[in-house]
Amino acid sequence: MTISTLKSRPTYPGLSPDHNARSNIIVCDKAGAEAVTELFSRADDTFAKRSTVIVAEGTTDQDAETLKTALAPATVGFQPSLETGIARLREFLKDAPMGLRLYAAGSEPLIGSVVQAAADYSIDHLSIRTEHRGSLKRRVQCVHCKGFTENVTTNPVTCSHCGLTLMVRDHYSRRLAAFQGVCIDAEVPGEVPETEALYQ
Amino acid sequence: MSGSLLRRVRVAEVEQVANRIKRFRLVDIDNAPLSEFSGGSHISVVMHSGDRLMRNPYSLMGSPTDTSSYQISVLNCGNDSRGGSKFMHDAVSVGSELEISEPLNLFPPCKLARKHILVAGGIGITPFMSMMNELDALHCDFELHYGVRSLEEGAYCKYLQSRYGSRVNVYLQDQGQMIPLESVLGSQRLGTHMYVCGPKPMIDWALQTAELLGWPAENVHSEQFSAPPPGKPFVVKLAKSGREIEVRGHQSILEALEEHGVDAPFLCRGGACGQCETGVVSCDGFIEHNDHFLTEAERVSGKKIMICMSRIPSGSITLDL
Amino acid sequence: MALTFKDETFRDDFTFSNSPAAIRRFPFPFVEDKYMYSVNIEPHTTGPEGSVFEFPFDIDEHYVSEMRDRAMVLQEDPARCQALPHMMMAQWDMLELVMMSMARDYPDLFTLTRDGSKWHWVNRPLKIEQTFTFGDASTLPYEPMEYIGRQVQGDFSIQDQRDNQLWMDAGIITSQADWSLDFDVGMNFFEWHGPVPLAHEAGVFERALKFLLNLQISNPVRRLNWTMTINPRLDTSPENYHKWGKDRTTVTPENVGQKVHLRVEMQGLFRLPRSNAILFSIRGYLLSLDQLVTVPKWGRRLHRVLKTLPEELIGYKGLSRYRDTTIEWLSKYDDGAPTSRGGGPD
Repeated sequence: MTISTLKSRPTYPGLSPDHNARSNIIVCDKAGAEAVTELFSRADDTFAKRSTVIVAEGTTDQDAETLKTALAPATVGFQPSLETGIARLREFLKDAPMGLRLYAAGSEPLIGSVVQAAADYSIDHLSIRTEHRGSLKRRVQCVHCKGFTENVTTNPVTCSHCGLTLMVRDHYSRRLAAFQGVCIDAEVPGEVPETEALYQ
Repeated sequence: MSGSLLRRVRVAEVEQVANRIKRFRLVDIDNAPLSEFSGGSHISVVMHSGDRLMRNPYSLMGSPTDTSSYQISVLNCGNDSRGGSKFMHDAVSVGSELEISEPLNLFPPCKLARKHILVAGGIGITPFMSMMNELDALHCDFELHYGVRSLEEGAYCKYLQSRYGSRVNVYLQDQGQMIPLESVLGSQRLGTHMYVCGPKPMIDWALQTAELLGWPAENVHSEQFSAPPPGKPFVVKLAKSGREIEVRGHQSILEALEEHGVDAPFLCRGGACGQCETGVVSCDGFIEHNDHFLTEAERVSGKKIMICMSRIPSGSITLDL
Repeated sequence: MALTFKDETFRDDFTFSNSPAAIRRFPFPFVEDKYMYSVNIEPHTTGPEGSVFEFPFDIDEHYVSEMRDRAMVLQEDPARCQALPHMMMAQWDMLELVMMSMARDYPDLFTLTRDGSKWHWVNRPLKIEQTFTFGDASTLPYEPMEYIGRQVQGDFSIQDQRDNQLWMDAGIITSQADWSLDFDVGMNFFEWHGPVPLAHEAGVFERALKFLLNLQISNPVRRLNWTMTINPRLDTSPENYHKWGKDRTTVTPENVGQKVHLRVEMQGLFRLPRSNAILFSIRGYLLSLDQLVTVPKWGRRLHRVLKTLPEELIGYKGLSRYRDTTIEWLSKYDDGAPTSRGGGPD
């Protein structure tokens, strides 16, 4: 679940089509692609025609063929990693006009990376339509060494840079697209609770 | 805390800038420097006409860094007016003394925008005067699209064109010219924001045009200086003090309370800032919500009212005051 | 009041302490004998002479040493001072407000001479003299917020106002109560208060935000907040929590009086005129419990307040490990006598 009482915790209301948008850019991973298929089924035929889908992570060649068919007539591009997917997104946004609507569907690091990149093009995060799908994995920033640990599925987690044991707080930074990790045994070194697989 | 501390000012200059529009230049009564302000700010002007007290919001038009004087423009609404603008036109002249609030900005340009499209209708030009001054000083990309009935009715058309050149586009209604908003908004780069100020139908038209062109709601901003709409008289009951006060047809609840010496909170007096939000204990019939502050759910609940703008058709309303 | 600046440390050997005069003016935040959460906002107007409320920016005997500690923190971690690009006008607004106030309120210590945009600033305690062009950041050794932030006590954040929200888009934070500017910069009012327990549910932040969005030029407001700190350490940042966190386990019945400090923040909120941003000053005061109980009313009252503090806040403020020891120690100073209302000494 991505529900939390903490107000800095983003919420993802789900994808809905903006029928007025001149063009739609949709970034997703393999799990998020299902949400995109559902989005298309809720929209009229021309919506998909005006849409470009960047599938950024986790697809095999066979997935790609299936998705191309499922998402037709949208333009669908496949990227090997989230990083290259965001680089592709930036190319689209660089010279884009107003009237473009941005969507993101998939894991939280994917949604967060889209929101983070869009800010560089003055796209307000509230105008981005988002839906969480698939893994609950998180990107965590160590508040001590500032290093990012990717694909975190447990709490606590070991910082992949400085090695401290971090408690993953629900406190989230849009600018960093990451949750905050704070040393869990600072007061009594070694006093660490059982590791829980909270973010599978 | 009702309103803010007031400052006494003297009218230093009055100029007829268009058929029904006068520009007033205000200086501190002791020539003390005024506060600097940000583009899009307004002040409230307090007017004493006989035993009537009126407060109208007016946008500041001069340079935000000029602390020697403030400039406002007032459109004379004639006999339709509730009195404030007519009073300014008929009774205020060079040397007159008035009271003003500190500047308040409920219409600031978005500092994250890559470009600003300003859309003005008639007297709605006023908040953009200081905004353009600020954007220009900061070397921000902007353009103005300004619709007026005619050159005689429109204020500052020539001044703006000479100062900002091709960034200013004036459209004369009597020449059949219309703001080509669809083509203006249809060709802007990502990260552009639109601001609109003018009569309500124009604001609605601009917001709808932007929406139909796929502009996100976050990129459009509007400001409407609306006077509280008139209605029939009704009675306000104050739950805490037990008092009953009649609100006349051309009066807001806030004005009626002030007339009877009740200290109620307020700031913008245009239903935008939320300061005068007041709890409703009970009410005959429904509330005519005329503010831009309460959410739809709050309106439906009937538990809150913005007393600067909203009223009831008749009967009585009991407020938590 | 002539100030004598103390030469003291807030780390390692911790030589910080308050003079008797500084104890008397400590802004003790509890106005009654039990814990009550309140937003307690009041106008930040001129207070009694000699009090911490006398001037908008209070300078006291710890000024020079606090500025030295800030410089050390910034040297180790420059990210404690950050401003997003659109905040430059707000930075100048802040510099102007702080310089004008300090020069007006402490003419013996600071002098500001302005000739149009040519400004000349003299800071005698820190032996700084600077001529610069107002509005041109290249004429200062740091950006304006950092430049003046290194010369005024208290942490500062600057909030941009957009879309009926406040966004913390700049700040210089070196003595915070366990929150990270580097992580929080760019967040809105609700987000950066996210970790605060209880208050969200009570609607406290909705009301506070509405109030602040309408904050007026020339009408600043203030409130007090508090926490407790082990040792008079200014840099209780999350960044260094793995270094100072163990301090919390060092409290014993014998050393409570020296180790445990009440830490009070006088928070000021100022509307900045040109940028329409809001400057948030967080002016911290530390007082060891040994020194606190020299005012009998404070010893009695702190004992009663700590006993009624909700569990959520004990955790949030990081008091769990030493609250009981501290209450036990304070009980010696609480004879059950009634206390007068308000925070000041009797």
